[in-house]
Amino acid sequence: MSYYQGLQAETVTFRGHKGDQGEAYYARPLRAGRFPGIVVIHHLPGWDEWIMEVVRKFAHHGFAAISPHLYFREGPGSPDDIGARVRAAGGVADAQVVGDVAGAMAYLRGEPNASGRIGVIGFCSGGRHAYLAACTLSGFDAVVDCWGGNVVVDNPKDLNEKRPIAPIDLTEKLGCPLLGIFGNDDANPTAEQVNRTEAVLKRLGKTYEFHRYDGAGHAFFNSTRDAYRPEQAMDGWRKVLDFLHRRLAASAASVAAE
Amino acid sequence: MCSYIVEKAPLVGSAKGRKGWMRIDTANVYFDHPYHSTLDHVLAIDFTNEGEGGRDRVAVELSAQSARALVERILAALASGEAAHAAPPA
Repeated sequence: MSYYQGLQAETVTFRGHKGDQGEAYYARPLRAGRFPGIVVIHHLPGWDEWIMEVVRKFAHHGFAAISPHLYFREGPGSPDDIGARVRAAGGVADAQVVGDVAGAMAYLRGEPNASGRIGVIGFCSGGRHAYLAACTLSGFDAVVDCWGGNVVVDNPKDLNEKRPIAPIDLTEKLGCPLLGIFGNDDANPTAEQVNRTEAVLKRLGKTYEFHRYDGAGHAFFNSTRDAYRPEQAMDGWRKVLDFLHRRLAASAASVAAE
Repeated sequence: MCSYIVEKAPLVGSAKGRKGWMRIDTANVYFDHPYHSTLDHVLAIDFTNEGEGGRDRVAVELSAQSARALVERILAALASGEAAHAAPPA
């Protein structure tokens, strides 16, 4: 069969920050081969159906993808109820998120189908987390920030014990190429904040690509929301997949099957 | 945008959720991305009992316009209801 499609998607357990054991959603192609990995970071409302669709989308396109449930410590329970509890408690600490992302990366590396190259992508608050993780952890070969708010922090009051540092201030430590996807109508990050992020990346000589979309605001990939902009989202997805295929150098076996 | 801004309203009351009726002591109120609604932002209220751990909730996600209208109707219901209950028997 020249065009076999198949993937396996399931909940798995992984070791996160401080060795805590939690849930993650993991999907990979069923065909033989070694696949680049992607850690997928969910947005603030929680580990929802849309993020699981994203994980399966990456598997469809030849990646082994994992989305750690960043709020698993507040379980058991439905992800939306757990997300509400986490929100009421002021969110999760950056250090804990980075530890969980490191654990998800380790899970991917430990799989027998791993090619050894790994990227990280996040949406909304997860975009910020992806930026933070790529500036904090070694081992990522690519990072994608989809409209991560609060990468630039203008009000010092927005920094606190859980989020002590603005990710932009860690940019010097960014160790892999960055792709940024933004809607020009977004209120967080604003187009002006995106420009400031780009200026820092340029000044520090980092490898990056930014794509800005007119007629789109926050979360314009999210097909479950009125924010969805199909034309911009389709183009954005093409940019994301092209970037990750290039940077993670998908194995010949997985590319050949597409 | 994703924000961490939550207004906490202490309250006295009851709410009916998945497990039936429960006492509630807090409403967590925020205007942000929804979990269920298709709107970009919603006024969300989670009624919980934080004194008992806050693990169960009764949740609503409302459009900004309908939330404001609801505030007016709540105040109107209180005003007319309290007036009626305070009125001397006919």
